[in-house]
Amino acid sequence: MKFLQTLSVARRTIFLSLGFMLVLSAVRLITNADDITSSGTISSTMRVATPILLAGLAGLWAERVGIVNIGIEGMMIIGTWFGGYGAWKWGSWAGIALAIIAGSLVGLLHALATVRFNVNHVVSGIAINILAAGATEYLSIIFFKGQKGGGESQSPTGKGGYGEFDMPFLTGGRVGSWRSPDILGWIERKHDLPLLPDLAGFARGLLSDVYVPTLLAIALVPLTGYILWRTRFGLRLRSSGESPQAGESLGVPINRLRYQAMAVSGGLAGFAGAYLSCVFTSTYRQGQTGGQGYIGLATTIFGNWNPFGVLRGAILFGFPTALKFRDEKNVPALLLVVATVLVVVAIISFTRQKQILAMGLLFGSALSATTYFLVDEVPQEFVAATPYIVTILVLVGAQQQLRPPAHAGAPYRAGENH
Amino acid sequence: MSENSESHSGPLAVELHGISKSFPGVIANYAIELMVRPGTIHAIVGENGAGKSTLMKTLYGMHQPDDGTITVNGHAVQFKTPTEAIAAGIGMVHQHFMLADNLTIIENIILGAEPTDNRGRINFGVARERIEVLMASLGATFDPGTNVSELGVGQRQRVEILKVLYRGAKILILDEPTAVLVPQEVEELFETLKRLVLDGSTVIFISHKLDEVLTYCDEITVMRQGTTVAHTTPAQVDRRTLAQLMVGSDLPDPSGRETEVGEDIRLQVLGLNVASEIPGAKLALQDININVHSGEIVGIAGVEGNGQFELCEAILGLRPKLSGTISVGGNELSGSDTRTRREMGLSYIAFDRHREGLLLDSPLWENTFLGREENATLTAGPFMKNRSIEADSRVIIERFGVLTPSEQVPAFALSGGNQQKLVVGREMASNPKILLAAHPTRGVDVGAQSAIWDELRIARDRGLAVLLISADLEELIGLSDRILVMFDGHITAELDPNTATPEMLGTYMTGGEIVTSL
Amino acid sequence: MKSQRLQRVLVTSASSLLAVFVALCICAVILLITGKDPIQAYSTLFGAAGDIKVLQGTLNRATPLMISAAAVAIGFKMNLFNIGVEGQMRVALLATAVAGAAIDLPAPLHILFSLVVAMATGAIWAAFAGWLKVKRGVNEVISTIMLNFVALSLVAWAFKSFFTADNAPGVLLAKTKELPPSAWFPDIVERRLNGMFFIAILVLVLFYVLVWKTKFGFQLRASGANPGAARVTGVNPKRMVMISMLMSGALAGLVGMRALLGDVHAYQNNLAEQQGFNGIAVALLGRNHPLGIFISALLFGYLGEASGRLQLEDIPKEITTIMTGIIVLAVVIINEAVKRWDDKRIQHKAALALATRVVAE
Repeated sequence: MKFLQTLSVARRTIFLSLGFMLVLSAVRLITNADDITSSGTISSTMRVATPILLAGLAGLWAERVGIVNIGIEGMMIIGTWFGGYGAWKWGSWAGIALAIIAGSLVGLLHALATVRFNVNHVVSGIAINILAAGATEYLSIIFFKGQKGGGESQSPTGKGGYGEFDMPFLTGGRVGSWRSPDILGWIERKHDLPLLPDLAGFARGLLSDVYVPTLLAIALVPLTGYILWRTRFGLRLRSSGESPQAGESLGVPINRLRYQAMAVSGGLAGFAGAYLSCVFTSTYRQGQTGGQGYIGLATTIFGNWNPFGVLRGAILFGFPTALKFRDEKNVPALLLVVATVLVVVAIISFTRQKQILAMGLLFGSALSATTYFLVDEVPQEFVAATPYIVTILVLVGAQQQLRPPAHAGAPYRAGENH
Repeated sequence: MSENSESHSGPLAVELHGISKSFPGVIANYAIELMVRPGTIHAIVGENGAGKSTLMKTLYGMHQPDDGTITVNGHAVQFKTPTEAIAAGIGMVHQHFMLADNLTIIENIILGAEPTDNRGRINFGVARERIEVLMASLGATFDPGTNVSELGVGQRQRVEILKVLYRGAKILILDEPTAVLVPQEVEELFETLKRLVLDGSTVIFISHKLDEVLTYCDEITVMRQGTTVAHTTPAQVDRRTLAQLMVGSDLPDPSGRETEVGEDIRLQVLGLNVASEIPGAKLALQDININVHSGEIVGIAGVEGNGQFELCEAILGLRPKLSGTISVGGNELSGSDTRTRREMGLSYIAFDRHREGLLLDSPLWENTFLGREENATLTAGPFMKNRSIEADSRVIIERFGVLTPSEQVPAFALSGGNQQKLVVGREMASNPKILLAAHPTRGVDVGAQSAIWDELRIARDRGLAVLLISADLEELIGLSDRILVMFDGHITAELDPNTATPEMLGTYMTGGEIVTSL
Repeated sequence: MKSQRLQRVLVTSASSLLAVFVALCICAVILLITGKDPIQAYSTLFGAAGDIKVLQGTLNRATPLMISAAAVAIGFKMNLFNIGVEGQMRVALLATAVAGAAIDLPAPLHILFSLVVAMATGAIWAAFAGWLKVKRGVNEVISTIMLNFVALSLVAWAFKSFFTADNAPGVLLAKTKELPPSAWFPDIVERRLNGMFFIAILVLVLFYVLVWKTKFGFQLRASGANPGAARVTGVNPKRMVMISMLMSGALAGLVGMRALLGDVHAYQNNLAEQQGFNGIAVALLGRNHPLGIFISALLFGYLGEASGRLQLEDIPKEITTIMTGIIVLAVVIINEAVKRWDDKRIQHKAALALATRVVAE
């Protein structure tokens, strides 16, 4: 059944992660770049990955119902502004709530244009991005300019208080007023061991110093899987993205579903924006999203329109940035990781009779490894471009494996397509 | 006939009386009488365009009849939507499947009628159980958890049937279900249908393949030219009579012609083999040999989908061939692209004017220019001579009697018949040497039809070589000098229109063989 | 006979005007809600139209918009959505800045050389997207978005690592080596209106001639309108995709040249920023027609130029950005609605004309 397939994607994610940890561990031992698996890096990865994850889920909800959402970036921009406004007035949770509502409304606007008026999805998305950028700039001047700490392009500092989370006993969280031991932290510091400290670091990264909104975002992954693959609503929603004609012929209200899904998509994008302006930082700043909505779109594709795949993509895309934040010197070690992973994939391709692809991968691996020995630093720009390059490569090399919703982006009007 | 129905034990499953339905310019159905007894497989046979599909859409509530009554299980009904037909226990298996590839079989079947708990959670266990029971009754063996994308055509059809049964339909309409199936799957399908009938269902089966109808069905209604012409059973008729009923007893007279067929071979196809688009399927065209002389119209008869489309595409160079040669005026065409072939005097009236013939949103003068960019009077170097193109367009409009306010009107605004005349006019305007004409008068009114036929005759008399593909026997016999019958990618017979009988045509077109010397 | 054509033009222009009007109304409401006086705002905004300096600035701002809109529109004519104009422009900017500064030529040749380099590099970057589409079936929307960001990073990196010139004292912003004056595109009005304006007009005229007056343009439009019909006449759709992508990229390369050759004369990070994206809005409002693009570019150029005056009245100039967004959204929605209505009208008229003709016969 389809849900089991999603679960098996989850299982595969765990399996792949373990394999990846092994590679990371080996590279760490060779290069002494201890930070590449430290709990600090992992928790930092999760922080960087949260908005990407949310934007990716926003893309997933939209495309699953059959609407291409290029406007995620715009919806995120709206989210950052309203997040900043709400946090300034009432606190960060209110900011998040406000951003989700505002994002939903923009999502509904996109649905109105594409469903009711049959406007090209890409065109509508672009219009929304332009509109969102203009609206937030205007609103900032009206509401933030002249306020204490605020200005033309930024909000006054918001009230914090979204909460952080530490797991008792494993990562030293508090039970009442007593601070429990930090077992994982103890293991993590045994740097000479293989794999064990890496796993401990990974687990500790996930369980200590975690923003509660990040936990929420992660919880949305299985929740999305459950809703889309387990409920009537979800099945109908997916049928709208796969073959609205089939759904329509069986009495499924396609248009209503599209509005509903776009409200969710917009809300998720709004949440992603608010995360940037109320959690990751505590002020709205113009241009804060920096194209993360598009990375979200890339993540939807990379994750094969599956929530667990999106999670995988968000972590993968967030990891290099997080590493960079922590310590630049660790980034070149990633080149070795890339080289190793490419060799593994090349071997797999070779066994599947794809010699040319395998040769290409081996070449890439060699290139990557050589670069490691030649450079001391990977330029920031390459880290920034990674998600996009990876997505293009996936589209070129693994298109047979991709299963986009068959009808996403195609024009559809009820009763006219037979 | 209607008096007889009273004597049956129960009410008829379906009874249609005096149904008529017309669309702008076309009478699709009139004076339809259909009686389907419960627990039977009832075949509706007829040629392409005999009105079978229109009738079934009426029954399924996809449109309303202009006149007549529909009775289901003894109750008079009027369906406004398919949903109402479904509620009355009628289910339809469309020729083009309505399935979502990336959903599982279960998901496709239960969509819109999902068993859920009160929180909206689907109870897949219940669904699977019900589906497995239905599958057992069909004799289907696939795992309902797999994606539809992994299924073959026959299995997909099985899923469509399951969809209908899952909703409790007792009367199943199957629209040309065997058109897409290989022989083995056809057999399986009928096994399935037999089981269903034993379980108390009624099946209405639309087809034009007489063999399967005679072998598997209980009763037969024959349709011709929009109405029902006979109601019979396999025991009462043989294949020959049935073919005759379907095609009509009086074939039109072949047109006498004053001119002679030329000596030179304009178009020659030798030993042509073309692969199917579906990997692993049998060849789309197998060992095709055709000669068309100057001043000759060679008709290709056959039910659609037997290789005619692939033949045209291969001749035009739009589809690669496996082996064989195609020559125009003695020049072998291998290696020349479509443009070059058209320059050599090849012209093409496409199968579907909307998909391949017209730019619907563009004005008529652009449509008459399409494909004639190398015409020296219409262009100068790389530039279009818009004035000449518009003037030329007016000439075509005038000559072919296209009814339109002007050549500036977009093509979508014209009626089907006028659109077709425009396409024919364009293809004839370049004074071609060879014309591939696929269904040149499909969907056009009688006036337009005879105008197009006259133009074809005139051009032929001037030496044009025509390969005429048609499903309209009147057209084939009325125009052709020779008729080739295509079936299943082969040319199965060559007939002289002067001596061809409806029976011969019907037999060859439906895959039968006549054991006489040709 | 010509009246049909005229009517279509009228309907098209009317729906675009309506969209602009609707956008003005919505923005008036926004101004009101936020406590500003819309009448005062609009009279300030449009009152600037009489100022010759504002008009010169408008033409200057419209220059890159016209070119980037043409780049977008040529894709649209083929049903291709090139969102990558921004990235193609950026690659071309750096390449031209570097190549132009490295070479010595007499003035007209040097400018010509620079323009050719710009077009070539823009086309090469666009060719990636074309190749991905033709050979790999990758949707050009996705690939051009991704390639935009790759271009952004690649150019930023190359600029920072290899091509930053030593700054003159007092200049903070990093630049490439300045182009020799022989590569400078002359101004029409000193510091106000650059001669690239004529190139933009030339681009629009050539675009019109190519798309509407040549055989090639006809085939391009035919492939966009109905690929199936074009295919059976022997037009190779894949080839058309590749060609239109290359042409679009070549034009994209020209977009930044007003800023580079006509203004800054060196590459810097924010040079011509957003001008590739803004072309999409201009093309949409201009309905992909050169004349429409010209007028829309003037409108957007004017909004940009005159918006500064709003601030004197304490009205945020960003209202014009909102206006741009609403105009685009309104224009696409109204176009769809109007097209639906107009199609029905034409069909009805054709049927009517037929009926009278038949009666007459």
